Amino acid sequence: MQQPKRLSRFPVHIAVFLAPAVLLYTLFMVIPLINSLRLSFFEIENQNQLSFSGLQNYIRLFKDSNFAPFFWRALRNNFVFFAVHMLVQNPIGLLLAALLAEGGRLRNFFRTIIFMPTVLSVVIIGFIWQLILNPLWGVAESMLEAIGLGAWFGPWLGKPETALVTVALISVWQFVGIPMILFYAALIGIPDELTEAARVDGASAWDIFWRIKFPLILPTVGIVGILTFVGNFNAFDLIYTMKGANAGPDFSTDIMGTFFYRTFFGQQLQLGNPTMGATVAAMMFLIILTGVLLYMFLWARRVQTYEL
Amino acid sequence: MKSSSLYRLQQIFGKSVPIVILSVYSLIAVFPVVMVLINSFKAKKAIFGAPFEFPTSETFSLIGYQTVTDRADFQIYFLNSAIVTFVALILTLFIGAMAAFALAEYDFPGSALMALYLSMGIMIPIRLGTVGILRLMVSLKLVNTLTGLILIYVAQALPLTIFILSQFMRQVPQDLKDAARIDGASEYRIFGMILPLVRPALGAIGIFTMIPIWNDLWFPLIIAPSSKTATVTLGVQQFLGQFVSDWNAVLSSLTLAMIPILILYILFSQQMIRSITAGAIK
Repeated sequence: MQQPKRLSRFPVHIAVFLAPAVLLYTLFMVIPLINSLRLSFFEIENQNQLSFSGLQNYIRLFKDSNFAPFFWRALRNNFVFFAVHMLVQNPIGLLLAALLAEGGRLRNFFRTIIFMPTVLSVVIIGFIWQLILNPLWGVAESMLEAIGLGAWFGPWLGKPETALVTVALISVWQFVGIPMILFYAALIGIPDELTEAARVDGASAWDIFWRIKFPLILPTVGIVGILTFVGNFNAFDLIYTMKGANAGPDFSTDIMGTFFYRTFFGQQLQLGNPTMGATVAAMMFLIILTGVLLYMFLWARRVQTYEL
Repeated sequence: MKSSSLYRLQQIFGKSVPIVILSVYSLIAVFPVVMVLINSFKAKKAIFGAPFEFPTSETFSLIGYQTVTDRADFQIYFLNSAIVTFVALILTLFIGAMAAFALAEYDFPGSALMALYLSMGIMIPIRLGTVGILRLMVSLKLVNTLTGLILIYVAQALPLTIFILSQFMRQVPQDLKDAARIDGASEYRIFGMILPLVRPALGAIGIFTMIPIWNDLWFPLIIAPSSKTATVTLGVQQFLGQFVSDWNAVLSSLTLAMIPILILYILFSQQMIRSITAGAIK
């Protein structure tokens, strides 16, 4: 009996199976992406003619006073946005996951509730929090007063010093379920035998977690880190919803996504510029690619994956 | 005697602290959503006067919902979102399953390269190609059409779908397929045979494909911003921009936009979360 596998001639049915996916993916994702990168080396002259301009757009982005201050601020703000997620979202996610992994009857209930905001649209979340934090409604203020922190309340979203961190924390509130569920999945995958001996020897839950479990879930720590990075440097919806394309007050919440949108489509007084937009997108691409490559070669290679 | 009561105290403490922390965090997670839900059914006075109370017979009011149904084309937005999400989902699952089957089943020249090519899109967000996508859509005359959105969403969802499905398809026993081949089944028949076997994976991927499509703001805003093609997410965003000061309308439209996803989530959350945890253990 002949095995139909490994035919020497390229079999038609394989092409049939692959063609639709390859075509759609190539046509609507890969080619536009390459085209966008290509456009960053061009300028649009009058009558919509493209002309090659080398690295001119990048030089403008880094040096020109119409772009450079915005670019550097957006980049810096984006790192702050990312730092808040790494320092708040992921540790809270890990804590919740560790508590859930201990078991208990209400585990499924808590898991479902805490994951819930993640499935809602960022637009909805943005508006909800705008209402909650609105001093007119005063819900947040009376909540803080109830626990004796009333004096802390302020118009956080309206002040340039606090707006960015506030928006970042709202994003943390929404997405904490993702690191939680990934850490949880990794933690419950650790076989009991690995912790049993330590427990019999009288090690505390704290020690067992940090000395045995945490090293075992390091691969997940890396995955959560890179997912956070890619998600944050691609973020747009929340800030656009809460603060508009101008990412106010005074551009204090401007990140790469909103800067890209404004550059591409323009704003009140400034016309949109597709090739400069493509240049901003190319920078975002470079940043994300750098992050992914660092993760793949520096983290994923070094961290040992244990077969559990 | 003393040490045993200390031990018991430790036990109680060790059991209750996690529950307290999880309860507090659960409250933080649902509280803003609940606030919007309950206040959307209240008259304006009660929204501001007693925001933490559930609506009573005195404070109950549907005025916000009236404004929304009068002023906004929510039916159209819902229909648009439903069409885009459903068609994109079906196409992604079917086309993705075909490609996943090819990658999992056959060892053809360049198969590893093809797998790598298709999985690049998992990490690189499609948004970065927006300038190119808009130009393409303009030249294909697909601006302000649902078709344009659907094509983008399928392209965006395929990489992860193919990656996950091909792993599941590799687990289908080889004997099954070989037996069918001996009986003379075509490769297409064998694909049709495998498909029901990976149904749980299809379901899980389906949910994870749907949510970002339903919730997306970026592409409706850029590719299809017309009032005829606006999705719920975009429609709500624009409606709320105009009615910022009408609290009844704002709360009601937020509630309307949340309800479908919340119902789906309540129905499928256990399955959804289990599929992540099950996938990670393997």
